Amino acid sequence: MSSSTKTAPTSVAGTEYEAVIGLEVHAQLLTRSKMFCGCSAEYFAAPPNTHVCPVCLGLPGVLPTINRAAVEAATMTGLALGCAIAPVNKFDRKNYFYPDLPKGYQISQYDLPLALGGEITFTLAGVEHRAGITRVHMEEDTGKNMHASDPATGEGYSLVDLNRAGVPLMEIVGEPDLRSPQEAGAYLTAMRQILRYIGVSTGNMEEGAFRCDANVSLRPVGSAAFGAKVEIKNMNSFRAVERALAYEVERQRAILDAGGTIAQETRGWNEDQGRTLAQRTKEEANDYRYFPEPDLPPLTMDPAWVGAIGARMAELPATRRARFASQYGLREDDARTLTESRAVADYFEAALGDSATTERARLTANWILATLFARVSAETIGTSPLTPGRLRGLLDLLEGGKINRTVAQQVFDELFDSPDEDAAAIVARKGLGLVGDDGAIRGAVGQAIAANAQAVADFLGGKTAARGRLVGATMKALGGRADAALVNRILDEELAKGRRG
Amino acid sequence: MAEDLTYLSIDEARGLLDRREISSVELTEAHLRRIEAVEGRVKAFITRTPELAREQARLADDRIKAGEAATFTGIPVALKDVLCTRDAPTTAGSQILRDFLPPYDATAVARLRAQGAIFVGKANTDEFAMGSSTENSSFFTTHNPWDLERVPGGSSGGSIAAVAAGEAIVGLGSETGGSVRQPAGFCGIVGLKATYGRISRYGLIAFASSLDQIGPATRSVADCAHLLGAVAGADPRDSTSAPAEVPDYRAALTGEIRGLRIGVPREYFEMGLQPGVESATREALRVLERLGAELVEISLPSSGLALPVYYIIAPAEASANLARYDGVKYGLASEQDSLLATYLESRRAGFGPEVKRRIMLGTYALSSGYYDAYYVKAQQVRTLIKDEFDRAFGLAADNGAGAGTAGVDVIVAPTSPTTAFKIGERSDDPLAMYLADVLTIPANLAGIPSVAIPCGFADDLPVSLQIMGPAFAEERILRVAEAYERQTTWTQRRPPLDVASAGA
Repeated sequence: MSSSTKTAPTSVAGTEYEAVIGLEVHAQLLTRSKMFCGCSAEYFAAPPNTHVCPVCLGLPGVLPTINRAAVEAATMTGLALGCAIAPVNKFDRKNYFYPDLPKGYQISQYDLPLALGGEITFTLAGVEHRAGITRVHMEEDTGKNMHASDPATGEGYSLVDLNRAGVPLMEIVGEPDLRSPQEAGAYLTAMRQILRYIGVSTGNMEEGAFRCDANVSLRPVGSAAFGAKVEIKNMNSFRAVERALAYEVERQRAILDAGGTIAQETRGWNEDQGRTLAQRTKEEANDYRYFPEPDLPPLTMDPAWVGAIGARMAELPATRRARFASQYGLREDDARTLTESRAVADYFEAALGDSATTERARLTANWILATLFARVSAETIGTSPLTPGRLRGLLDLLEGGKINRTVAQQVFDELFDSPDEDAAAIVARKGLGLVGDDGAIRGAVGQAIAANAQAVADFLGGKTAARGRLVGATMKALGGRADAALVNRILDEELAKGRRG
Repeated sequence: MAEDLTYLSIDEARGLLDRREISSVELTEAHLRRIEAVEGRVKAFITRTPELAREQARLADDRIKAGEAATFTGIPVALKDVLCTRDAPTTAGSQILRDFLPPYDATAVARLRAQGAIFVGKANTDEFAMGSSTENSSFFTTHNPWDLERVPGGSSGGSIAAVAAGEAIVGLGSETGGSVRQPAGFCGIVGLKATYGRISRYGLIAFASSLDQIGPATRSVADCAHLLGAVAGADPRDSTSAPAEVPDYRAALTGEIRGLRIGVPREYFEMGLQPGVESATREALRVLERLGAELVEISLPSSGLALPVYYIIAPAEASANLARYDGVKYGLASEQDSLLATYLESRRAGFGPEVKRRIMLGTYALSSGYYDAYYVKAQQVRTLIKDEFDRAFGLAADNGAGAGTAGVDVIVAPTSPTTAFKIGERSDDPLAMYLADVLTIPANLAGIPSVAIPCGFADDLPVSLQIMGPAFAEERILRVAEAYERQTTWTQRRPPLDVASAGA
């Protein structure tokens, strides 16, 4: 259990409450076409009503056909969350009138959803939590209404954009297993990470590809029964979810402390006012009149097909994190950072290639986390001009003693600016290869000693820091390319001669 | 001369066209003249499309000249106005779609178009195919060519009357609960309800999706076989269309039915049949027996439940299917101060009373608290009805409920309890109107094919029987129908339209 909920104040009546939270996540599926027609699903920023056809416009006489890729993506999600995939599932019509709903009903899944009974693991403040997943089902997105007013008359009007109508959507319903807004935030983070990992959704909340509604109730600690639940909608960021839940928990606690009762209702989060506002009561709730969609036969899931989807599914973040630690000997937090995004984890493993010694793995991890991340992010790493192969080339030179660390940093910068050249070519072109020639280094050391009499005197007089000036001068003379260990050894030898002399 | 080129069969017309004895333009003009001559009395079409027909006829002639004619190249066809056409308004008989021009063809229409068929017009229908007489059309009522004071039946009354009156060689209608067979029976022609899934529903304006099926309206069984073959088959746009191969239905008409077991369902003869209907049907059964078929009395005890089951399921689906007509995107819109008022006023002005009645019935049946008692129960009984047919056809084991496992090949029964009724006679009594479909609805609920064929006359009005078969046994039921047709002259009779207007 998280510690954050243990701050509940004792109520007037002496009752300590705990929050009971369940989340419903809606995620758009990353498919090329819409759920039930061939229109492009990549509608974001497209001019209004340009990604539409008779089917998603709901014209008379047209029929839906199921997008196989969407079923695959939702099935993969079910598998990733440890759900059982229903051998037979079906679509239903959810009936209500709204201008953004072209058919007057949404095709969804009601009593026989695609996937049932899974679990998700998330970490909060170093503590691992588990929450149940009730179900995963498929449906179609709605269009968008836009409200404006005529600048001349001030009269309000509404416009409808149906580009989004019919985009594949899945709803992931969580069990009411969360006990604090912070747990809800961590749950969402873990959920989004999984969806991104298996490549079924962008998880982008700002673009509306990932949405969350929450059910919140309070009950006395120790009670098994649930209190009246309030559904909260309109939370458009992870931060909004945590803020809205924190507000709502306190709102309900205040009512209960004052001896009041919680009304079962839907409330909307108002970001500007920082509070939830009543939208509709239980009595005003829609009767959606669900019934089986007669235009689509039930989906019978071939076990072999489902098995193939599971086999093709990317390794999940938790598994990969554990493997990075055990297989490559990475430190826990490095393994965690590298696996936060699949793109970074993929980059790491590609850069590592077959050279999977612990030493090399740690070297690669360090260069990615410390050096590469100064120039790219998890989002841009995949398109970075420094491909994993080119980083590997650089680290091969470094690990093989062909260049030193200073040169490696210089070559790293070059790799970004000359995307067609590999590390070895840059080293050759610029003559950056390690100078390991005993004679050349001894000559440079001799010159440095000759030219820095004061430093030599200081050093011999006991100021050991002066030695660095001599190393620097030697390195400078050799263009920074010298084998540092050799420079140190020869300098020590030459200084020892001076001491004797 | 015009008379000679109307009332041709497809085989006759095909021969004349292919031998270049007539042109498609001549055949089309003959039908357009016929339409001019009789349409004032029959009123089969909501929209006539003479210019489209003439253009298609010219193209058909080019195609015939090139030796690339298909079965329907140059054949005039009437299309029920619930079938979407990209070059003619498609109204569904409703004010809410009175100016709607679909940007696409229904798949069945596209298949006929691809063959080079001639579209002479969009035929009248009860609004959204909800009715049994065309009296629920928001435009006008079509008249029965056999007696202009009577209804043609419905909802496909326009297509049926057009074919019966010689305004087209064949027509396409659609069934939800008998809307092709019942009017075909009233107007003395052949009407087929194919197996659910046999013909794509894409572009058929939906009434009740789990029941809707496009159906041929023709003057002979052979024409019916041709038309079914042209429009049947899997369609990637309709997930409920069946992948089953489309056989050569015309070639299945061998006339041979010796040894065939024909089930005669007791209950169908106990539903208040008009005496002339029962006697004509019994006489037809004797004809089939003489052809070597064996008559087996069977029981389909749940038949009487079909009508109430239908009037729950069909309105329930309709209530959702018709929700899209909201005045927001297309069709009749009445803009008001609020969204709710816009919805209410657009739908109030756009829908007729029967449509509103069914939307309300269906909404009620699906409502929370009533769903289990109505919709779920109706679906259970629907399964019962389907199971009874399966057992009768020997496709399922006996369940001891009394139906037995008759193992019959086809089932023969009257198409409607009565002959065509008078216009206005039942329009104020929805229940009496609903009873017109009491014998056709079971096949729709079970999804099985059934063909209606003329089997005599009662008081100068056509009587019809239907031949039902197991799913995808269209070849078999058409073979029986055609074998019967060979022994009788009913399908060769023409309505007395020309007597009433001598010189036309």
